[in-house]
Amino acid sequence: MSPAPAARLPGQERPPMPRTFFSTRAGTWTGFAAAAVVLFGLAPLLLTGFRLGLLAQFLCYAIVAVGIGLAWGRGGMLTLGQGVFFGMGAYLMAMHLKMADAEFRNGPGAVPDFMELAGIRELPAYWAPFASPAFTIAMILVLPTAFAILLGLAVFKRRVKGAYFAILSQALAGAFAILLIGQQSLGGFNGLSRFRYFFGFTLADPVNQQMLYFIAAGVLLAVVAIALQLRRSRYGELLVAVRDAEERVRFLGYDAANVKVVAYAVAALFASVAGAVFVPIVGIISPASIGIVPSIMFILGVAIGGRASLVGPVVGALAVAWAQTALSEQFPSAWTYAQGLLFIAVIALLPGGIASVAGVAKRFQTKRTTVEAAA
Amino acid sequence: MDLLVGQLFTGLSTGSILLLAALGLSLTFGQMGVVNMAHGEFIMAGCYTAYVVQQAVGDAGASLLIALPAGFLVGGAMGLVLETLLIRRLYHRPLDTLLVTFGVGLILQQAARDVFGAPAVNVSVPEALRGGVDLLGVTVPRTRLFIMALAVVAVTAVALVLRFTPAGRRIRAVVGNRDLAETAGISSRSVDAATFFIGSGLAGVAGVALTLIGSTSPTTGQSYLVDAFLVVVAGGLGRIKGAVVAAVALGALQAVFETYSTASLAKVGVFIVIVVFLQLRPQGLFTLRTRSLA
Repeated sequence: MSPAPAARLPGQERPPMPRTFFSTRAGTWTGFAAAAVVLFGLAPLLLTGFRLGLLAQFLCYAIVAVGIGLAWGRGGMLTLGQGVFFGMGAYLMAMHLKMADAEFRNGPGAVPDFMELAGIRELPAYWAPFASPAFTIAMILVLPTAFAILLGLAVFKRRVKGAYFAILSQALAGAFAILLIGQQSLGGFNGLSRFRYFFGFTLADPVNQQMLYFIAAGVLLAVVAIALQLRRSRYGELLVAVRDAEERVRFLGYDAANVKVVAYAVAALFASVAGAVFVPIVGIISPASIGIVPSIMFILGVAIGGRASLVGPVVGALAVAWAQTALSEQFPSAWTYAQGLLFIAVIALLPGGIASVAGVAKRFQTKRTTVEAAA
Repeated sequence: MDLLVGQLFTGLSTGSILLLAALGLSLTFGQMGVVNMAHGEFIMAGCYTAYVVQQAVGDAGASLLIALPAGFLVGGAMGLVLETLLIRRLYHRPLDTLLVTFGVGLILQQAARDVFGAPAVNVSVPEALRGGVDLLGVTVPRTRLFIMALAVVAVTAVALVLRFTPAGRRIRAVVGNRDLAETAGISSRSVDAATFFIGSGLAGVAGVALTLIGSTSPTTGQSYLVDAFLVVVAGGLGRIKGAVVAAVALGALQAVFETYSTASLAKVGVFIVIVVFLQLRPQGLFTLRTRSLA
C-alpha cells in the first residue's frame, strides 16, 4: 500500500525527491558497509595511535551532530543547548570512572582523589550508586532523555517555539555550566579528569585506546542507523511536516508537541551517549566544554555539512573538529575569524550546507539553460 | 528592615543593568523579530568606546559625558552596517539570523581581543560618582544610582520616541502590520534600519554604563546577552513595558535567590522560574495583540 501523493499548494512546488542509488535498500547497505570498512578497517591501519585517539574524539562530536541534524534539520528545533546533554552523559560516566579509581586504590566506598584535595572527606550520597557500572549506564541512557522529555513537554506543549526555544535552550546551557562550576563535589571549575580504568581496562594501554575508538565508531554507525530509520518512518514524515507547517499538522489532528518532544529526546540521548564515550577517550570533562559557546559550536558542523541530510552533519562535524585541531593552536586568532565567517557564509549563502551543493549547482544550471532557451 | 531595603535595592540595581542591556533587544528582537546574537558585542563595543574616550580625554567626568553619546553612535553604526549587509537579507529566517549574528559576534570578540588584548581593561569612575549615599539606612553606591537613573532616562526616551514622534509612529505601524504599513506609504526598509540603529545604539549606551561597575574584556557583552534575551522573552515581544517589568522582576528574583543560596544556584533558579512562567503565559507578560496564527 503506497501513501497517496501529497497535494501541493501553489508556491510550494518542490521537485520530487530524486531516487538515488543510496536511497534504495541495497544502496543503504552499501553505504553502511563502506563506512564500516573505512572506520573499522582503514582508519586503524593508516593512523597512528595519537591520531586515532583524535578521530575517536571527533566521532563523539559527530554523534552529537546526528542528533542535532534530527532535531534541527528535520524538526526545525534549533537546540543551542546540546552541551547540557553531552555534559550529563560525560559527567555521569566520569563519576563512575572516578569511583572505580577510588575503589581500586582504597577499597569500596573510598573518596575520589580530587575530593580529598578539596577537603571533602565524606562521599556525597548521590555519588555512591555510581560505583555500579550497570547503574551508571542506565543513568546515562535514562536521565538526559527523561530531562529532555520533561523540558520538551513543558516548552512545546505551550507552543513555545522558534527563536524562543533557541534562547531558552541556550539559557539552559549557560545555567547548567554555572551550576557545575559551583559544585565542588563535581570538581567545580576544573571538572573531572585523570581516569585510570574504564570498566576494568587500563586506559593507558594503546590496545584499550583502540578499543575505545572502536566503541565510538560503532556507536556512530548505530546512531546513524537509528536516525535513518526514523527519517524513513511515518514519524520522520510527520516531523518534517511539523517543521514546515506546524499549524496544518495540528489541524489534521496530530499533536505537534509530541512529535517534537520525541526528536528532541532522541537528540538528547545521542548527545548523552556521545558524552559518555567522550570522557574515557579524552580523559577530562569540565564546565568549559559544555557551556553556551561549545553548545553553539556543535551547530557549526551540522550547518556546514547540511542540517537536513543524514550524513551531512557527520561529515561537517568531523571537518570542523579536524580544522579546529589543525588550526586553532597555530593560528588561534585566525581560526576564530574563520569560524565566524563560516557561520555567516554557510547559513546566509548555503543554508543546505555542503549536502546541497549538487542541488544548488543543478538549479543554477537549469536556470541558465532556460534563460538561454528563452533568449 | 535594612535587609529588605538592601535587597530591594540590589534587585532594582541588577534589574536596571538588565534593563539597559535588554532595552535595545526589545526593539530589535521584540519589535522586528530579529534575534541579534551580536547585541552583546555591541554592548562590549560601548564598553571599549568608554575606554578609548577616557584614554583620549583623560578626565573621568568629561569622558563619561562624551562616551555616552559616542557609545550610542558606535553601537548604532555597527548595528546599521549589520542590518544592511546581512540581517536585511534574512528577515524571513529568524533562526538563521541567530546563527549568522553569532558568527558576527565571534568575529567582533576576536577583533576586540586583537586590538585591545585579552586581559580586562578598566575605566576610572568620575569623582562625583565615587562613594555611596545613605538611603533609608542602607549605603548605596552612587554608580548604581547613576545606572538606575540612566535606565529610567533611556526607557522614557524610547517610550516617548515611539509614542509621540512621526518616526516612532512609523515603527509602531510596521510592527503592527508590515504589509498594511507599506501600503500606507511607509518604507519598511528605512524603518527597519532606523529601529536597528536605535536598538544597537542603546546597547552601546549600556556598555558605557557597565564600565562604571566592572572591568571590560572581549567577553563582557556575552555574559549579559542571555539574561537580556530572557528578559525580552519573559516580558513579551514588542512591549517596552514588558521589558521593564521583567527586568526588575528578574533582577529582584536573582537578588533574593542569591541571598538564600549561591550565585550559581540563583541562575538556575531564575531559569526554572522563567520556564514555569512561560507555562502560564507562553507569550510573555504583555502581549501585542495580533491576528496572525504564528
